[in-house]
Amino acid sequence: MAEPDGPEDRLRRFTTIWSRAVYPASATSLTRPEFELKLVPLARRLSEALRARTFDAAEGQAVGAALIDAHCTEPEALSRSLDCVDAYLVLYCGEDGPQEDLRNRSARLQHAMAAGFAHALRERTLAEQEAIAQAALEAQGVVAEALHSSEARFRAVFEGAAIGIGIADLDGNVLQVNNALLRMFGGTEQLVRGRKVVEWTHPDDAPQVWRLYEELVRGEREHYHVEKAFYRPDGTVLWTNLTVSLLRDADGCPQYQLALMEDTTERRLLNLRLRYEATHDALTGLPNRTLFFERLDKALSAREGMRFGLCYLDLDGFKTINDSLGHAAGDRLLVEVADRLQSCATAPGEMVARIGGDEFVALTTGPDTEREVDALADRIMNALVTPVRIDGRELTVRGSIGIVEGPTGERGPAEVLRSADITMYRAKSAGGNRYELADAEADARAITRHGLTTQLPAALDRNEFFIEYQPLVHLGDGSVHGAEALVRWLHPQHGVLTPDRFIPLAEHTGLIVPLGRWVLEQSVRQAREWQERHGGKAAAGPLRINVNLSPCQLTHPGLVSDTVDILERAGLEPASLCLEVTESALIGADDDLLKPLRRLSEMGVDIALDDFGTGYSNLANLRRLPVSILKLDRSFTQGMQQFPADPVDLKIVEGIVSLAHSLDLAVTVEGVETGAQAEQLRILGCDTAQGWYYARPGPPDRLHDLALVDATG
Amino acid sequence: MERPAWAPRSIDISVPSVSRIYDYYLGGSHNFEVDRVAARKAMEFMPGLPKIMQANRAFLRRAARFAVDEGITQFLDIGSGIPTFGSVHEVVQSASPGARVVYVDNDPVAVAHSKAVLEGNEDADVVAADLRKPQEILTSPEVGRLIDLNRPVALLLVAILHFVEEEDDPFGAVAELREALAPGSLLVVTHASYEGIPLPQERVEGAVDVYKDIRNPLIMRTRDNIARFFEGYDMVEPGLVAMPNWRPETAPEDEDPFAYSGFAGVGRSA
Repeated sequence: MAEPDGPEDRLRRFTTIWSRAVYPASATSLTRPEFELKLVPLARRLSEALRARTFDAAEGQAVGAALIDAHCTEPEALSRSLDCVDAYLVLYCGEDGPQEDLRNRSARLQHAMAAGFAHALRERTLAEQEAIAQAALEAQGVVAEALHSSEARFRAVFEGAAIGIGIADLDGNVLQVNNALLRMFGGTEQLVRGRKVVEWTHPDDAPQVWRLYEELVRGEREHYHVEKAFYRPDGTVLWTNLTVSLLRDADGCPQYQLALMEDTTERRLLNLRLRYEATHDALTGLPNRTLFFERLDKALSAREGMRFGLCYLDLDGFKTINDSLGHAAGDRLLVEVADRLQSCATAPGEMVARIGGDEFVALTTGPDTEREVDALADRIMNALVTPVRIDGRELTVRGSIGIVEGPTGERGPAEVLRSADITMYRAKSAGGNRYELADAEADARAITRHGLTTQLPAALDRNEFFIEYQPLVHLGDGSVHGAEALVRWLHPQHGVLTPDRFIPLAEHTGLIVPLGRWVLEQSVRQAREWQERHGGKAAAGPLRINVNLSPCQLTHPGLVSDTVDILERAGLEPASLCLEVTESALIGADDDLLKPLRRLSEMGVDIALDDFGTGYSNLANLRRLPVSILKLDRSFTQGMQQFPADPVDLKIVEGIVSLAHSLDLAVTVEGVETGAQAEQLRILGCDTAQGWYYARPGPPDRLHDLALVDATG
Repeated sequence: MERPAWAPRSIDISVPSVSRIYDYYLGGSHNFEVDRVAARKAMEFMPGLPKIMQANRAFLRRAARFAVDEGITQFLDIGSGIPTFGSVHEVVQSASPGARVVYVDNDPVAVAHSKAVLEGNEDADVVAADLRKPQEILTSPEVGRLIDLNRPVALLLVAILHFVEEEDDPFGAVAELREALAPGSLLVVTHASYEGIPLPQERVEGAVDVYKDIRNPLIMRTRDNIARFFEGYDMVEPGLVAMPNWRPETAPEDEDPFAYSGFAGVGRSA
């Protein structure tokens, strides 16, 4: 602690006055007491210099410079310091020295302080200016370096990019392109650079391509995206997804155009191929159903005043060719037919397509199809006249054509095709090898396969099916032996339909299984009823029931159990049931397929081979089939309707009967229509017969009556 | 498209910089004529601006010392600018040798200058980054090298938050930083406000406009809004107050009236 009013105390008082004066003018972050402590040594130097034996004004300079170090850089700080020194230094620190000398020294110290302050301030200012300039330079270097490396990265992106990149000026001069773009063009840089963008035209350019380009270079558009083709230097075509963007300078003025392009050549080819495959028939190369529908749809929605003509061709008897000569031959026939059809429809607006197995269509469009479509159908019929030569055989090809012709804009493709299909069937049922013109009334009457197929399931639910029975007569004594159950469909619009109209459809959709089960149930119950009504009074023993089994039912796993169940529930002896299976269903049947039939046969159910003689009757095969009855097809008996009977037919039937009997098989003949026939067949040794001569198929009561007559007569 | 981190904006020293203006207010010469023109223009409206800056520096010094007294040895000073004198590393390394300081600024010139000043100082470094992207700060190599985020840190946001506009989500950025800090960390904030300035608001707005003109707008916030920066932190006594009133070491009569502009406060992470 300084002695009160001693020299040290007086020095501190001077310092306090000084710091109070200067502190507000300083920029220091020190508190005032801290700041004052910094001034103490400065005050001491002034004090000592004031009283030193030899005066040294340089001390004043050092103090002036020290003010700068204490961040008193404001001129005001100097001015206040000098005021303070002038007023108080001699007073507080002069002790008892000679006043005039002290004042003189104080003044010189002040001059020196001012000089020291100015000098230090100039040095500091220059140093700081230098430092900040250096920092700015340094920072610019860092930025430049970063920009440089950024540019290097962008260049790497540009060069290494998988997509093609090119830059051109607004006059279309190509300035720079990357390697990917060069590779796409398959050229060297010289071939691409220096060229003009507008030279890259291609006939496939969409109309808007160059309009968009002009808008962009005029600065009216920022970018556009198109699919565009280019010629490579070697003349091949490069397809691209092209995006062009406008690059503007810092002021927003258009400067360059930037093109990014992706090579889509391969993808495009693949797409074209996929599209071709999706729209063409692999066998014949003709357009397929899909493409035909597209074209037909387009033709039908053409502007007013246009017409269309459609020929729907189905080959007659193609199934027979396929079945007898095999699919390979059938396919070759289709290819040949396709080639011939193609040559029939070569005019613009004409096309030929294959829309199904042996179904073809030819389409003609234009204002004058009324005349043209007939000519087209004629050409098609003519094209089929020359036989097709396959494997050394001359195959005669015939076809039925349904023609639909009319103005566009009235009907949709599905309706037109349906009409053509119906008309084609009309041509077919009229004997084939002809064409028919569609007519609306016939269409309305026509029963289409499609319509029936969709109505089938509901028909079963709505009990639209019923069964008629055709008597089976014992040829030996003319007694009624039983009956064949024949299913009918009482269609709400079309009336009674016979099985050939709907059984193939039911087979196709699988509905045959429930339908077949229903027929079996009904028939078995009916047989049981007949037996109850006249006991064993029938001459030929209990009445039997024959039920047809479709190929589909044969493979159904529930066949045996369903049959047993139905018989048991009705209480009918298995021996009273005969299941009829067509010969073709058993062609090539293996043991697995025969197993259920064998089981049924072992139980006592008779199995009849239906339509015998229509397929490729494999006589050797007969032995291994669990069959007890042969049903001869009506084609054998047709030759016996007249008198005298065809001797060849007689021989054949005789041979078959003899063969059958030697194999322990009974023979039933169908289609007996005259007494002469019946007599002939009896002589030949046939066991049972059915046909119009005895009775047409009819309701169950008719059979009952017949049997009663039979029993009593 | 967002500018990638490795492509810095170019430097245009013909545009005034808030760091260099700040230096000018503090009597430094780390500035160019453009900076001084802007600074003088603002001072036409608010002659006391240098006093506000000085009060900021004085508060920073007291707060840094407070942190050292609390045992904190790691300092993250974001928006450090061009520390003419009395910068954080000078204050804390003299009080606590070995204390670590990382400065952060988005002004490349300020960063270059700090690099020069800090040359040879093993315990201090500077990061070129932006408060608006806290993750770039937290994951910078300098922070990784000098600061252990599992231990308390003093996070200094002195005279910077009022340069972050609402659309840049300053509250979100500060929250992200707060979350990264270990318990016991301190958040040191000063912020400009119309409150406390010994002038009519219209005059202050003149100065605010100068900052708007140099495309570095000054966002004046209310005390309540400024308090939101401390969300989840406990305020250290005496709370959010005018700068001279925060733990003063001398009698307030020494203070210039402009020193009472805006608010200062320190929060502690629980």
